[in-house]
Amino acid sequence: MRAILRTIGELSITLGVVLLLFCAYLLWGTSAYTERHQRLLQRQLEAEQADKPLGKVELGGAVALIRIPRLGASYKYAIVEGVEDEHLRQGPGHYPGSAQPGEVGNFVVSGHRTTYAAPFNRIDELKKGDPIVVDAREARYTYQVTGTKIVEPTEVDVIEPVPGHPGKKAVKALITLSTCHPEYSARQRLIVFGSLTKTEERDVI
Amino acid sequence: MYAFIWRRLPGNRAAKLVGTLLLLGLAGLVLWYGVFPWLEPRVALDEVTVG
Repeated sequence: MRAILRTIGELSITLGVVLLLFCAYLLWGTSAYTERHQRLLQRQLEAEQADKPLGKVELGGAVALIRIPRLGASYKYAIVEGVEDEHLRQGPGHYPGSAQPGEVGNFVVSGHRTTYAAPFNRIDELKKGDPIVVDAREARYTYQVTGTKIVEPTEVDVIEPVPGHPGKKAVKALITLSTCHPEYSARQRLIVFGSLTKTEERDVI
Repeated sequence: MYAFIWRRLPGNRAAKLVGTLLLLGLAGLVLWYGVFPWLEPRVALDEVTVG
């Protein structure tokens, strides 16, 4: 009896330690993976900037660099094409089929809030008028935050060309960021909306 | 359980200690690079997309 109890006790303690280690893995282990892929994606962007290929990027490719000055001068992530798990692990992901950077329509980007380097951890701090800078191959697009919203995961109309108005034809170039809400939860989604205010063509390097 | 493993480890006290650390390290590596990456997509605590 005693031996059985002791074994159960030991297994429980072991399970506790393993769970703690798993939390550490989620917070830090997954970040290492993202950082490694970010380096590759950012290098890919730099290398391709010279040849200026326009148009669609294939799944898993680097779309553009996103900078959000409100979250720090060094805040910079390469956006990857695709929003499957494998893509979002590498960085913020662009919804295939949504508008390209700067294009009329909705440029939709999703990113992790707490794991995998948590690129969108602090996008809840964005205020109306804050710039979101997207460095694409051909130009630098500056969007301005127009609002934030917390929605249910089923509310897909936030990623429509005109958010909230499915089927309506887009006339403006918009950006939509999405991440999970609240932190450490999959219950809701935090959405940040923005609108294009400035386009600076890039000189050929 | 742990007492049993300790008894089965070869050598004197110091050697047993080294053995223990090796086993712990091995368990940690298997968890970190094997079990956790497998488990992580199955706990949906950071779902970011809609639809």
